[in-house]
Amino acid sequence: MMIILNGENKQVPDNVTIGGLLEHLKIQPERVAIELNMEIVKKSMYASTVVKNGDSVEVVSFMSGGN
Amino acid sequence: MNEDKLVIAGIEFKSRLWVGTGKYKDFTETKRAIEASGSDVVTVAVRRVNITDRSKENLLDYIDPKKYKILPNTAGCYTAKDAIRTAMLAAEAGISKLVKLEVIGDEKTLFPDNEATLEAAKVLVKEGLIVLPYTSDDPIMAKKLADIGCPAVMPLAAPIGSGLGIRNPFNIRIILETVKIPVVVDAGVGTASDVALAMELGCDAVLLNTAIAGAKDPIAMAEAMKYGVLAGRLAYKAGRIPKKLYATASSPLDGLIGS
Repeated sequence: MMIILNGENKQVPDNVTIGGLLEHLKIQPERVAIELNMEIVKKSMYASTVVKNGDSVEVVSFMSGGN
Repeated sequence: MNEDKLVIAGIEFKSRLWVGTGKYKDFTETKRAIEASGSDVVTVAVRRVNITDRSKENLLDYIDPKKYKILPNTAGCYTAKDAIRTAMLAAEAGISKLVKLEVIGDEKTLFPDNEATLEAAKVLVKEGLIVLPYTSDDPIMAKKLADIGCPAVMPLAAPIGSGLGIRNPFNIRIILETVKIPVVVDAGVGTASDVALAMELGCDAVLLNTAIAGAKDPIAMAEAMKYGVLAGRLAYKAGRIPKKLYATASSPLDGLIGS
């Protein structure tokens, strides 16, 4: 299925969970935060939250920056 | 100055110099500069993870969150909504509840949008975040931010990255007299004497990035900033002599030859 991941179309396994998506993308869940359709998904919900076709997912983390 | 600790919202800060992690050549230089600065507070941006290239190293592989207090910022946000969203994501990423709130009002000056900053701060304080807001050097704004529950305020010295130093030391002094919470000068300092001046005025800390990262030798400048903060803080605590128009001799007048 197709989702919008960080603003770009991305092919991912059907009915993948947030946890499964991170594993698929080889992203460690510890230092990221996730939004599913503009709503924050708590880390405790990663395993049970299912992503659907056409959903928008944001994966953010800490990068270099000052002001 | 071991007894001279800065405490904000119950969090103890070892250093009164806070540093950003932007604009360095690479992570190794970032790490070395931060170590040379002696700072234990580093600001970071919150950005989308690079999905396509997972080989890239992460800043936090170099800056250990166990060793440093990580202060995520909402830099680049131009609306209260975006700043709130970014701050909430930062908190969810799980390092701390600290956030450096920035709502930028204008691309050219990067001056804060004070109205939007206050609006975002109200929401984020209610959400339980420790909100440290970047504001203009306006005592009224500082008071409003203190009143709604910000545990510190961060007035700018000059535009971000400008290196102009403290443009309005009198406003900074009025802010210091107006609010009872710590005042952290944020943005616009250029060199160690600017930092020393901020501390001599009585500010509780200084946050900077470009002044170190943009210097010809960032590591040496980081060290200079460390001493600037220490010298300024000590001078503030020591209590300077009043300025006078005429001289006062510092050698005794008794015993002069020919007297």
